[in-house]
Order: sequence, then structure tokens, then C-alpha cells
Amino acid sequence: MNREKKQAELITEISGVNPLKCMKCGKCSASCPSFEEMDIKPHQFVSYVANENIEALVNSKSLWKCLSCFACVERCPRDVKPGKLIDAARQLVIRQRGQEYLSPDEIPALLDPELPQQLLVSAFRRYRR
Amino acid sequence: MQRIGVFVCHCGSNIAATVDVKKVVEMAALEPGVVHAEDYQYMCSEAGQSLIAKAIQEKQLTGLVVCSCSPRMHETTFRKAAERAGLNPYMVEIANIREHCSWIHKDMEEATRKAVILARAAIAKVNLNTPLQPGESRVTKRALVIGGGIAGIQTALDIADAGYEVDIVEKTPSIGGRMSQLDKTFPTLDCSACILTPKMVEAAAHERIRIYTYSEVEKVSGFVGDFTVDIRKKARSVDMDKCTGCGVCQEKCPSKKTPSEFNRGLNNRSAIYTPFAQAIPNVPVIDREHCIKFQTGKCGVCAKVCQAGAIDYEQKDEIVTEKYGAIVVATGFDTIKLDQYDEYAYSQSKDVITSLELERIMNAAGPTKGHLERLSDGKPPKEMVFIQCVGSRCADERGKSYCSKICCMYTAKHAMLIRDKYPDVNVTVFYIDVRTPGKNFDEFYRRAVEQYGVNYIKGQVGKVIPQPDGKLLVQGVDLLDNRRIMKEADMVVLATAIEPNPDVRKIATMLTASIDTNNFLTEAHAKLRPVESPTAGIFLSGVCQGPKDIPETVAQAGAAAVKAIGLLAKEKLTTNPCTAKSDELLCNGCSVCANVCPYGAITYEERQVNDHGIREVRRLAVVNSALCQGCGACTVACPSGAMDLQGFSNRQIIAEVDAICR
Repeated sequence: MNREKKQAELITEISGVNPLKCMKCGKCSASCPSFEEMDIKPHQFVSYVANENIEALVNSKSLWKCLSCFACVERCPRDVKPGKLIDAARQLVIRQRGQEYLSPDEIPALLDPELPQQLLVSAFRRYRR
Repeated sequence: MQRIGVFVCHCGSNIAATVDVKKVVEMAALEPGVVHAEDYQYMCSEAGQSLIAKAIQEKQLTGLVVCSCSPRMHETTFRKAAERAGLNPYMVEIANIREHCSWIHKDMEEATRKAVILARAAIAKVNLNTPLQPGESRVTKRALVIGGGIAGIQTALDIADAGYEVDIVEKTPSIGGRMSQLDKTFPTLDCSACILTPKMVEAAAHERIRIYTYSEVEKVSGFVGDFTVDIRKKARSVDMDKCTGCGVCQEKCPSKKTPSEFNRGLNNRSAIYTPFAQAIPNVPVIDREHCIKFQTGKCGVCAKVCQAGAIDYEQKDEIVTEKYGAIVVATGFDTIKLDQYDEYAYSQSKDVITSLELERIMNAAGPTKGHLERLSDGKPPKEMVFIQCVGSRCADERGKSYCSKICCMYTAKHAMLIRDKYPDVNVTVFYIDVRTPGKNFDEFYRRAVEQYGVNYIKGQVGKVIPQPDGKLLVQGVDLLDNRRIMKEADMVVLATAIEPNPDVRKIATMLTASIDTNNFLTEAHAKLRPVESPTAGIFLSGVCQGPKDIPETVAQAGAAAVKAIGLLAKEKLTTNPCTAKSDELLCNGCSVCANVCPYGAITYEERQVNDHGIREVRRLAVVNSALCQGCGACTVACPSGAMDLQGFSNRQIIAEVDAICR
């Protein structure tokens, strides 16, 4: 299996998003406050993942322009939620940089009584081997 | 002892590719009672049926087992073939080795083993089969149509023109339905009222059509050919015979603050009202909830001004009980509620409207007398934006999964009409896909673009932001050139998804007609029986079965009428002989069976029995075989094992189970 195919699979796995559900309506891009800043637009993120065009995606400016406001997640009529894909692509980059692993000793120092439980769960999903 | 013939079908490769049919023949031949076994490529073909007939005669067969597809597919075929060869059709059993076996298994050895077992069970059953004679039931030569929109009106007219009596039951005060709310109709742009009103008048004047408006179906019992229906005629508070329809009561009524249902709440109506000027019947109703007389006891203006003395505050709801042979459901649709779509500001701005509301605004009899104007300040708009697919094609819980089908065409219609009447108004349509299959439909849409200069932009709108100056900022993208669009509009029109009328659930339950997850009524076969419900005697007309436009609705209404006429034309219906029967020596008259019977088919009588020489009078269950539908609930409930279903007796079922477990 080639590298990009693996990466695309990892992105769909981390995000829990099925890019094939997209009907290309563009409501994500229409909702996005950072649309003008992005070189690859939110609706294109979906087809980049579906077409396993991952290198271009992770090297795009857009990856770091997304505000994670989740307007697209909220409004997507097809349950595709490009914001989650973007988030997963960022995760992929972080892992490649070797920052993906939290050692158990580091965790107590990072805990905070205000921390939402959900964040713990998603942190375990993200920062694993 | 029976002389049984077993016939194993290859169904081309459908069965033979996964099941070793020769092996099934070989194994079946060893079973008790089997005197003949053979296989053939297509048992349902003319040649296959001849094989069966020949074997029946040559081997004097008394029972048949056909190992083939589902009995839903060809049980009737093989029963008829047996009957033609002189065998009672109920001596035929089907072993379903296709749907239940070859289609769901991959391993040939396993599938063959299962096919043999299924054949064995059917053989065990046939060994205990007895010839059965179907009964007859009568057909009431009258149809009921539920819903008085264009679908119901057309179905009723077609049935009545064929010579049968029809009743229409309509919930609102007038027939006409959604179509009466429309201004113009695509693709020819004729005025909706101009083509609908004559049909309404024709239905009302037809000697074989009775119309119950402001009425609802309350209870349905019986079965195909012989339904009994209770219709609740809600109190109109106006005497239908005395009222002349002059309209003075509506003018003088002091309570004028009720949102008009007909105008989608865009303006108000009086408490005594007819929904619209061409209403049929042209007799108002008093909306008691908003009537001052009914709420406070003080008023009575309508009674004072009515020259005909038609106002009757004492009128009560009335229940009419009627018999029908066939029932057609034509309950139609409504648009979905938009409270989940905050991003389009529907509830924040009066100038964000649904397409159905726009129909009323464009209509000369509507709240703005046909002038296109903003509802917030009455000013004419300069920029109009249409948003398609609002709530349609959604995978989330906010909207509907299906395409509402009519929106692309009516949006093109609205855009074109506005550009035609107000050439200085700019019209922009945001679309995802433009879907225009249908005769002259795509040409219609292209005309909007090419001749009328309607600006079509591919891309769903993200949000509509009401501005302090009253404008609406529409935020979207043009997906074809990846460009952000921020458009200031004066009015935004939402092509809102349609959904079946919410009342249909209640009606489907009464009719035991099945319904899908979107509340559309299910057809008996998606392709081959599209206007019949799987419940015998129930037919489907219009959007209650699925989204459709007016031409399709009228066509389907005619089709539903033909199916209903086909039923009404029959003198008698053959009834299923597989009905319950009680053994008088075992029955102890406990009433358990009568309590579980959904068809009211079981009664009790005191009768003398001879129980092994002891003569005594006992209370016994009696099944009315005309009412019994053979569901088997009583046979399971009977504590003494007295109740048995003919053709599916307890002995036969146990024999099948034994054969499978052997």
C-alpha cells in the first residue's frame, strides 16, 4: 500500500469522517470565516482525502488557517464535517514530527481540574503509538 | 398416504450455481410419500409447468413440492398450474431455495445441505395437507378517497366517471389542497387556480361524488372489498343547506387576528372563514378556538348579520359510518419546519420566506395582492436570492434524506416570473445540482438562464445575516471558480424540503398500510405495483407515496383510480381458505381467542356437542371465515389447542420442524 493511501486512511480513521458521503454542495466553504486565507478550500479538503492527495494537503497553507470554529461541522448537511478532516490532517503532521506520543509520566502534570472529560478521550485517541 | 412430486428449479444459475440441484432431487426422492422427483432449468416457464402437469397425470400425484424462489414470486403460478392439471391448488407447497438459500450462501456444499432440509420440511408438510376450497366475499361498490387535493380530486373523478360512487374526506374546510395555494404551474406557467377550480367544481357537481370537508377518518375496520369507516364531520357551526355563501359573516366578524393557514400565516383571517374565495363548498366554518362567541359567550355578530339564518352555534361533531370496497390515500404534503435552520435567519427576518410563501405573495388573491414586496417594510425588492435544497438531501437529523424533486423546477419558475414581471430585479439562485428530468423541464430551466438572465451559482449558502439596515447579507461561495460571495439581498427565498402530511401516520395505522422511515406510504412493489399498498384494497395517490409534481400526481391519481375500479368491478372476491377453525371437542369457550383476534372474526355460541357419547351444551368459539385473515394469533393464544389454522395446522408446522431437525 502506498504512503498516501495509508495517510488518507489514517485521516478518515482519526476524524471518523467518510469523505464519500460528501455531495459537493460547498456549504462548508460558504460557512468558513477563513475561506479567503485558504489555498485549498474546505470543500476541497474532502476530495483531497477521497483522492488520496495527502502530500498537497498537509503542505497547504490552509491546514494552519482553519480556526476550528466548527461552523462547517455544524452546518454540513451530509455529516461529512470537513473541520474534522482538517484537524486529522494536522494530527498526521504532528505525528510525523514525532510529537505524537504522550508518555504516561507527563500526563499528571498536564491535567487540570477544569479539563473537559471529552478532551481526555480525544487526547488518548490522538496521542497514541 | 400422499403421492408427492418434487420439482427442483435451477432458476438459470440463480439456484444452480450455489445449490447442487441433482443432489436435492436425489435426496428428496428418498423422503416418505415422494413418488416422483425431477429438476428443470426454469420451472416457472411454459415447459416447466407442462412437466409438472404431465407428472401429476402420469404419476397420479396428490401433492406437489416446488423447490424454487420465494412463494411471493411464484406460488400462484404453480398453484394455478396444479389446478389446471386437476389438483387442488392448496396441495402445492414451495420450498424457497433461492432467497432463503442460494442467494445468501456462497459455499455449495452448505447451500445444498440447506436446500435438502428445506425440501424435506415442505415434503413433511404436504404429507399432512388437505384440499381447501376458497370462499367468496362481497364487494361494496363505493370507494373512499382520503384527502381532497389534486390527487384525491383526480382519483375521485376517474372512479366516478367509471360509474362508481366515491366519497372524498378532506380535513380542511375546502377541497383544493396545496395546488390551490400555488400561483402558476410549471412547465407551461398556466395559472394554478384556472386549471384546478374547474376540477373542484366538477367533483362537487358530480352525481357520484360526495364530499365531506372539515371531516376526518376516525376508524377503519373490515378488509378489502368490505371496509367500514367512521368519518367525523367536525362541527362547522354553519348550516350547509341554509348558507348562501354571501360572505357577510366573514366581513363583519370582529375576531380577525388568526393567522391564515391558506396564506401560510402571512396575513390574518376572521374566526368565521372560508380558506379562499373559490373554496368548495363555499360555506364558512367557525374556528371555535378563535371565535369570541365560543370563547367568552359574548358576540354572535355572524348570527345577527346572516340573512339565511345559517349560523348554528349548537352544532355538534357528527360521526357518519359508511361501507367501502376500496380506499385511496391522497393525504399530500407540507413543507418542513425551519426552526432547525437558524443559519438562514428564517425566524429572524420576515424577508426570508419559503417558496410556498412566495407563491402566496405572487398570487393576486394573496396577502400582498400579487405585488412582490418585502413583508417587513412593504418595499419592492431589487435583489432576490433563492437557496435550493434547504432540508433536502440531508444526512443529518435536521433535514430529509431524499430530494424533494419539485424545488429545482419551481425555483426556475419563480425566478423567471419575477424577471418577467419586474425586469429591474436581479435574481440569483444558489444551487447544488439542478435536477430537471421531465418533458420540457430542462428547456424550462435553460430559459430562465438564457432568456431571463437568472444568475445561477453553484454552491450552497453558508448563512444569511440580517443587517441593521434591513438588508440580508448572503454568504456563499461560487464552487466553480472558488470565489467567496457576499451578496446583499432584499429577500431570500428558501426552497424548503417537503414531507408527507404528518396526519398520514395516524391514517396508515388505521388502514394497517405500511409506511417508510420518512413517513411516505410504501407501495406493494417499487416498480411493478407503485400505486397499491401491500395491504389489499388500499391504493396510493400523490405525494403521500413519494415526492412528485402535478403532472406526475395526476397520472398516479388516474392509475390509483384504475386499480380501485378494477377491484370495484368484481362481483365477488375469492377469500383465502387458510382461515382459523375451532375443534368443538377441545374448545372450552374461554374467550382468549376472541380477545386477540384483530379482525373481530370470532364469536361464541351455545351448541350441543357429542363428546364421545356424552351429549351436552357447551359455549364454543365460531370463526367467521369471511372476516378471518388467517393471521394465526388465535391458534397461538388458545390454551387448549382447539384453534387451528387451515393449511398451517399445528400438526403441519410441527412436522416441518421435525423434518428440519431430523
